[in-house]
Amino acid sequence: MAIVAFLIKRLLQAVLVMFVISLIGFSIQDNLGDPLRELVGQAVSEAEREALRDRMGLNDPFLEQYWRFLGNAVQGDLGVSYHFKRPALDVIADKFPATVDLVIGAAIIIVLVSVPLGCWCAIQPRSWLSQAAMGASIVGISIPVFLTAIFLIYLFSVNLGWLPSFGRGESLVEIVPGWKTGFLTGEGISHLVLPSIALSSIFLPLFIRLIRSEMMEVLEQDYIRYAWAKGLAPRRVWFLHAFKNTLLPVITVGGVQIGLMLAYTILTETVFQWPGLGFMFIEAVTRVDTPLIIAYIIVVGLIFVVTNTVVDLIYTLVNPTVRLVGAPS
Amino acid sequence: MTHLTARLTALLGSDVLYRFRRDPVALTAFAILVAFVLAALLAPWLSSMNPHDPAQIDIMNSEIPPVWTSGGEAAFPLGTDVQGRDLLSAILYGLRISIVIGVFAVMVQMTLGIVIGLVSGYLGGKVDAFFMRLADIQLAMSTLMLAIIALAVFKAAVGAEFYEDMAIVMLVLVIGFAEWPQYARTIRASVLAEKKKEYVDAARVIGLSAPTIMARHILPNTLSPLLVISTVQVANAIISEAALSFLGLGMPVTMPSLGSLISSGFEYIFSGAWWITTFPSIALITLILAINLLGDWLRDVLNPRLFKG
Repeated sequence: MAIVAFLIKRLLQAVLVMFVISLIGFSIQDNLGDPLRELVGQAVSEAEREALRDRMGLNDPFLEQYWRFLGNAVQGDLGVSYHFKRPALDVIADKFPATVDLVIGAAIIIVLVSVPLGCWCAIQPRSWLSQAAMGASIVGISIPVFLTAIFLIYLFSVNLGWLPSFGRGESLVEIVPGWKTGFLTGEGISHLVLPSIALSSIFLPLFIRLIRSEMMEVLEQDYIRYAWAKGLAPRRVWFLHAFKNTLLPVITVGGVQIGLMLAYTILTETVFQWPGLGFMFIEAVTRVDTPLIIAYIIVVGLIFVVTNTVVDLIYTLVNPTVRLVGAPS
Repeated sequence: MTHLTARLTALLGSDVLYRFRRDPVALTAFAILVAFVLAALLAPWLSSMNPHDPAQIDIMNSEIPPVWTSGGEAAFPLGTDVQGRDLLSAILYGLRISIVIGVFAVMVQMTLGIVIGLVSGYLGGKVDAFFMRLADIQLAMSTLMLAIIALAVFKAAVGAEFYEDMAIVMLVLVIGFAEWPQYARTIRASVLAEKKKEYVDAARVIGLSAPTIMARHILPNTLSPLLVISTVQVANAIISEAALSFLGLGMPVTMPSLGSLISSGFEYIFSGAWWITTFPSIALITLILAINLLGDWLRDVLNPRLFKG
């Protein structure tokens, strides 16, 4: 029964957070520029303006306007972008696949590098590779993601000329209508390499250290000692018994990192002029494209809230030792 | 006075100082950090020009390469940037701005975090639940994301020109407000551990008020974890400032921090002017690395069991 109460509590909290985000989005709309000027320009008389204001409902009480905003937002109407002259959500849907490509590319690199390296560091903490990895990870934390990106461009695009420095390339493949990916052509992948490495660089130190410390903790446990005592092969102990139990905390932390990942896509995409959500947001800020700014905040807020709630729920379901928040202990 | 000297001898004879003197990494990191702070403090005397003063900048001097390459001039040891500023002077002044923003932002975080952490740890109950859920939510959304959005909205609201005058204050406030949960959580955890001890009961029994117990009795016992996260937080604040400036949401080009210098040089690496971005980057990375190494060492020595790994 506790699990149902927890579920409801967690969902209510998610709704509350989305409510606050929508309130912030709405107050931005109220304070950024004058929507009337964007529509009619300067050459309209004051009386006409006032009439238009009334007709558009801009003179209504705050709560009434907010309620209307919320109603529209729930129906997927977040206004029309000033720059693109199209619904803001359509623009976001256009840019979304590019960001997903980038995040997937970075995730592949993170998993392929941090899992073997983290395990190795836990199993052989004294070897030169582990020492080097731990040393490199503190250097890695100290280099801001945009600098990694700049130096990758400088080395591989400007000096060596091996890889392209901006954009997604021309040969994208449409897998479902409206969703193009760069993973299926050589050119698309060559464009993905540098941005993905740059984005993953900030997470690698974190994950290597996390996997290492979790695995070291697991290796100290009694059941591992028992597995050794039974005379199992080292591989079996490490990868079947120990590794399986390090995965859970790693997955949870990884799930929560999605927020950080989205923040860093803004930086990576700006450096590589990657036509995704982050680059679009920075451009929208420069152009004071209010509807697009609000739409971005609400969509990103929704992604945060959904991933965090799902990660929390999975964690509680998978790990019954977690004390449920709000449940009697 | 005797009180002070007693404390000083205690510090000089302490284990921490002994281990510090025996650790080459900590010593080097500390020396680099001191050198950077001194360079930032003495920037007006160390540099050949004031990069914030348009009257001293000659556009004819733009994009001169470093002195050891062909075309370099002795007056500009590290070359000049696009506007004709001496890069070394710009870096020294930029270092100043970056460190000031980093330190003040951490002071804002610390103040907020200590107050909230003490109150929610000591009072517990509903207050505690409220602040800790708020901290969870804020951390889940990532502080950099919040800072980007807050500054972007502020910039769009007040216009770019007014924003440039306000940038330094806004950066301190935004980075300060975005990171308070780190402090609040750490302080709260220490308070919860300290609260059960007998000296707190004793203080309560002799009739001291809750604020006095929190500030004078519990807070001094939470100082070592505070010290550890403060080093890491200063490094993080400087990185955040650089990132925000790189996105054009931080310091303007007329008054550049290290991040805005890197940003202004970025488009010129394609045309071969690599030095404008490279030297500020080296300064930034060295500074952050020194702080992080020092933080790592402090954590190992004081071992407040804050982080794993």
